[in-house]
Amino acid sequence: MDFIDLPALWFLLIAFLFLGYFFLEGFDFGVGMLMPAVSRDDVDRRVVINTIGPVWDANEVWLIVAGGAMFAAFPEWYATLFSAYYLPLLLILLALIARGVAFEYRSKRDDPTWRARWDQAIFWGSALPALLWGVAFAGILNGIPIDADREFVGGFLDLLHPYALLGGLMTLSLFLLHGGVFLTLKTSGDLVERARAYARRLWWPAALTTAGFLTWSYVNALTQDDFGVVPDLVPILALVSIASVSWLLREGRDGFAFLATGATILLTFGTIFANLFPRVMVSSTDPAFDLTIRNASSTDYTLTIMTWVALALTPVVLAYQAWSYWVFRNRVSRDRFVGASTGGDDGEAGEDASG
Amino acid sequence: MEALELARWQFGITTVYHFLFVPLTIGLAPLVAIMQTVAYRTDDERWWRLTKLFGKLLLINFAMGVVTGIVQEFQFGMNWSSYSRFVGDIFGAPLAIEGLAAFFLESTFLGLWIFGWRRMPRGLHLATIWLVALGTWASAYFILAANSWMQNPVGYAINEEVGRAELQSIGAVLTNANLGWMFAHTIVASLATAGFFVLAVAAYHMLKGNDVRIFRGTAAIGLITALGATGILGFTGHEQAQLKTDLQPMKIAAAEAQYETESPASWSVFAIGSLDGEELLFDVRVPYLLSVLATNSLEGEVEGINDLQSQAVAEHGEGDYTPNIPVAYWTFRVMIGLAMLMLAFGAYGLWQLRRGRLESSTRYLRYAIPMAVTPFVASSAGWIFTEMGRQPWVVQDVLLTADGVSPSVSLGEVALSLAGYTAIYTILLVVNVGLILKYARQGLGEERSPEDVGDALQY
Repeated sequence: MDFIDLPALWFLLIAFLFLGYFFLEGFDFGVGMLMPAVSRDDVDRRVVINTIGPVWDANEVWLIVAGGAMFAAFPEWYATLFSAYYLPLLLILLALIARGVAFEYRSKRDDPTWRARWDQAIFWGSALPALLWGVAFAGILNGIPIDADREFVGGFLDLLHPYALLGGLMTLSLFLLHGGVFLTLKTSGDLVERARAYARRLWWPAALTTAGFLTWSYVNALTQDDFGVVPDLVPILALVSIASVSWLLREGRDGFAFLATGATILLTFGTIFANLFPRVMVSSTDPAFDLTIRNASSTDYTLTIMTWVALALTPVVLAYQAWSYWVFRNRVSRDRFVGASTGGDDGEAGEDASG
Repeated sequence: MEALELARWQFGITTVYHFLFVPLTIGLAPLVAIMQTVAYRTDDERWWRLTKLFGKLLLINFAMGVVTGIVQEFQFGMNWSSYSRFVGDIFGAPLAIEGLAAFFLESTFLGLWIFGWRRMPRGLHLATIWLVALGTWASAYFILAANSWMQNPVGYAINEEVGRAELQSIGAVLTNANLGWMFAHTIVASLATAGFFVLAVAAYHMLKGNDVRIFRGTAAIGLITALGATGILGFTGHEQAQLKTDLQPMKIAAAEAQYETESPASWSVFAIGSLDGEELLFDVRVPYLLSVLATNSLEGEVEGINDLQSQAVAEHGEGDYTPNIPVAYWTFRVMIGLAMLMLAFGAYGLWQLRRGRLESSTRYLRYAIPMAVTPFVASSAGWIFTEMGRQPWVVQDVLLTADGVSPSVSLGEVALSLAGYTAIYTILLVVNVGLILKYARQGLGEERSPEDVGDALQY
């Protein structure tokens, strides 16, 4: 594959995987955070969880594949990033562990205390990653102390630059909004109205943090000279997109509103990745220590193999994942859970006969 | 105390923990698929009820394997960044392929299986559980390809200029001599785990007198799976031991605490005293057996630790190239001892079953319940042996474990993460075992149609 710039292609692929991850798990996180607020009773909570039940696991695999692709294509990027963001990633992992198990285990006992505890796990397990992913990606772009050996030489506080914190608040509020709009599409009855009401209120913080973050990024891009692409159009479209959400929600066009929140997430992370290119880790110590797609990549041989594997498998994966969304296109209704689940801990099959 | 030590403890604890859930998933997924296939073909309500019972147990277990798996992928970069830089060109590829080819498959189709019972034709729905099973097996293959490369690095060259190992042949990595037998060994061990698990659930209900007719058949499925798989384990283990005699002679010598090169070599059944080759107080040995096990010949030479240590010093410079001998020696024996116990227990059960006496053998049925724990202990011992037996190397003869750790991660950070994982894993283990016991005890339930089964499996 001599005719292709393989490291550039793999940068694009990894960006694609993270964008897909944030689009998909973005609404999972939002749904998880909004679950306590929009629900009036346990049946509501089960409806809310079941809106993402069939898909959250596959959505999370986007992250695993992004991490694996980073390891395979840019081992230096993977090594520097993961060891530098040790504590944030630890928190993210603990959160994802608790949250993933909570989905599966919550309804396995008909005990309010048991369920309330798992609901806490779902809430915090969604909120922490939603915040920390923004902190991490904004921080990567803004730069952290990295030495000539590509090792992180800062401390935890170096990861919490105000720009990174703003990035975190932006992802937190964007994912909340994205999840709220998702719920208007996937629930039924009163839940739809409550979800829409939350979405309309959540639009404000999402719009403000997104506008603030993109403006700050733009100023950074103008005053620094070592960034790659100047993506004027991408952040502008992101702003148009987030602005349109408010109008679409008022008009009751929830489907378009969901596409618009999704587009905002894609365009914002698109801005981050475009600004980053061709760097993959920015050193705040010295631009000479930046990791780039040139000095951080695997050999052409490995990249060629991985390109063939990705070409062969990605279309198949996208096809069956799209099919699974088609299978579960209907709204989740309360009828499925009402009158069910009164079995108690020793209660034979009654507990499960949620028909 | 150094970060290195804690990072090793963390890797060991999180990996052994992860692998408590994985074998049951790998083994139980195809068994549930078979149950559903029979249910689909016969539309016999008994099989739908069984599919629901073991499907539910599979899901409770599956969740744990999924969430603990993410830690595995992330901790190479977090705790072992120097390792990741050194091997990433080779090691990253099977991990990425595992995600793309296996994890997407199993997660997407698991979602379709759990929630899709009322949403697609029954035949198509049946295909989803088979694809989940295929995904779990594919995942095992790719991750073992990565691990096999650490045991027996092939298809690479060291690039001195950038200081890393670089891939020369992906074909060599994916057909590593170590990989085929390791994969087979892992799959049959997983099937044995699932077989004993199914047997234990059936035994419990036979003792209680619940649905005895159905559970007698279930016990037969468990027994045949368990016994067949454990029998094959002997062969796959034997083939691996022979390979390792060639590829990792130190690991085999450590497994035997054999200090001197011997020909013919006897097999130590049990040794008391220091295993450092100095003062052996008590040792039961079977003559010739080690030669046969390791080389397939009565007189085959098996190299000793002392010779191997001097060879390693000559090749790699001063240093201690012997693994922790007591750990290697005892984990090897625990693995083999428990496998023998599983074999005997399974054979006796099948004999009772054939004579139509399984139901009345209450003592056997009572033992069958705790027996379900043995494959988990045996698998853990096997992994601890194979990983500890490779030390001090992380990549055999290529990279030392001590050279793989992250230089930028402090002792405090590793201590914090070790404490965090240990705490959450302990809590979740208690919760998981509690739920498995609860739903195993609950038995068949009333779900007599696929639609009812579906309603019982959703969140």
